[in-house]
Amino acid sequence: MKHNFGFFIREGVGNMFSHGFMSFAAIGITVACLVIMGTFSLVAYNANENLKDLQRENAVLAFVDENLSDEEARGLQSQLEKLPNVTSCTFVSREEARDSYIEQYDEDDLYSDLDPQIFRHRYVLKLGNLEQMSKTVQAVQGVEGIVKIRADEDISNGFLTVRNIAGVISITLIAILLIVSVFIISNTIKLTTFDRKDDIAIMKMVGATDGFVRWPFVYEGLLLGILSAAFAFGFQWLLYRAIAEGVEKSDTLQLLRIVPFEQIYVPVAIAFGAVGVFVGVGGSLTAIRKFLRV
Amino acid sequence: MIRLTDVVKTYENGTDALQGVSFEIEDGEFVFLVGPSGSGKSTIIKLLTGEVIPTSGRVMVNGFSMSLIAERQIPLVRRTIGTIFQDFRLIPGKTVFDNLALAMHAVGATRREIQSRIPYVLELVGLEGVEKRYPDELSGGEQQRVAIARALVNNPSTIVADEPTGNLDPARSLEIMTLLERINALGATVIVVTHEKGLVDQFDKRVIMIENGAIVGDRVGTYEVKENEA
Repeated sequence: MKHNFGFFIREGVGNMFSHGFMSFAAIGITVACLVIMGTFSLVAYNANENLKDLQRENAVLAFVDENLSDEEARGLQSQLEKLPNVTSCTFVSREEARDSYIEQYDEDDLYSDLDPQIFRHRYVLKLGNLEQMSKTVQAVQGVEGIVKIRADEDISNGFLTVRNIAGVISITLIAILLIVSVFIISNTIKLTTFDRKDDIAIMKMVGATDGFVRWPFVYEGLLLGILSAAFAFGFQWLLYRAIAEGVEKSDTLQLLRIVPFEQIYVPVAIAFGAVGVFVGVGGSLTAIRKFLRV
Repeated sequence: MIRLTDVVKTYENGTDALQGVSFEIEDGEFVFLVGPSGSGKSTIIKLLTGEVIPTSGRVMVNGFSMSLIAERQIPLVRRTIGTIFQDFRLIPGKTVFDNLALAMHAVGATRREIQSRIPYVLELVGLEGVEKRYPDELSGGEQQRVAIARALVNNPSTIVADEPTGNLDPARSLEIMTLLERINALGATVIVVTHEKGLVDQFDKRVIMIENGAIVGDRVGTYEVKENEA
């Protein structure tokens, strides 16, 4: 089989060029499918990354009843720490809250002599899973001595919605477009195979094994898949950079962090390559099957 | 050696193609298999090449039992048989060399073997120097010679020619038959399927006659046709 490798490749490339238009169409459609799949997957990925950032940065503030003494206020820590989904719980005293406020807002020394008594003791809570934020907020509210809670549920819910929608769309699209791509490559190769059914019959008649007959078509499918993956990767890169630049320049979308393509191009290339190979080889094997029954 | 013992072949559509056919062909024999259209000649060829399996009975081809053969072994049987068809079945988009090379690639021959074997076989069939020409550039007789060269190129022990002269004029037909006789003289078993009485009669060879799926004659000499068929 080893010495036939060159022969198989030559035959596979020959097949591809002998049906140039269909090959071009197959590559074009597969590229489109891959770019659509890739775009939705990358949107889902970025939404997830932003959600993780939010998870790291976003804290829930639980304000303590001002009628409680310092000791009583500090005593709530153990109860809050025990709550599910609370990963860390930091006590911030009135004084610390006041200092932090001054640091943040008092550029003109207006608040420098602000009385700490107007602030409440508070806890900064970090959550493990933002999807359960409202549940956790309810639990915190249930702790006696906590009178008010501040949580940016809208932002986290927004990210969660984007991530979930993009996830569902990308999974659905991946499934549909994979089938479409396999079907199209399969039909392209079927056309080649149909055109060469006499050749196949002759090869079988002189004692060629099914494997020998199959290999050139497998290489043809493989080449179509790899070429599609390479073109799709290039397009995806350009598209991603254009979108990232657009987001960066936008005033309203600056909140978003787009992961630089340079950081993710390896897994993207591997995924595109794997899908290309799967679609190409899968398509060719599907196409050749019935012509081997000679 | 080829041996058919009480072979019955009934196709899925109910056609009884062969009804208890038995004969034996020794290595190195030259045999004409004759009979009218639909008599079962093609079914015998298909049994020999593993395209169909017998409904009952035994078919032995060059040491392989075609009744029991595993699908993956069929290519091995086919490598012992060189098949020639009436319509030549050359690939028009490939040169003569590539047509022959394809048959050699199919059995795993190396490039060196291909380079040395093809000129030899083309010389054997009287077609030196046509390696780079395409089938369409050759006459019918030359195309059939290329097909014979392709059948010979893997050095099979048996040549099966299915109506090899059906598309040729009498002079070219005689040339092809003479060439097959020469190949037989070199040691190959040759089975020629034909219904051309005149051609068969010019060669003093064994003739197996088949009619309605049954052997009706097996003798050395001429192709006898019943009066009402003549």
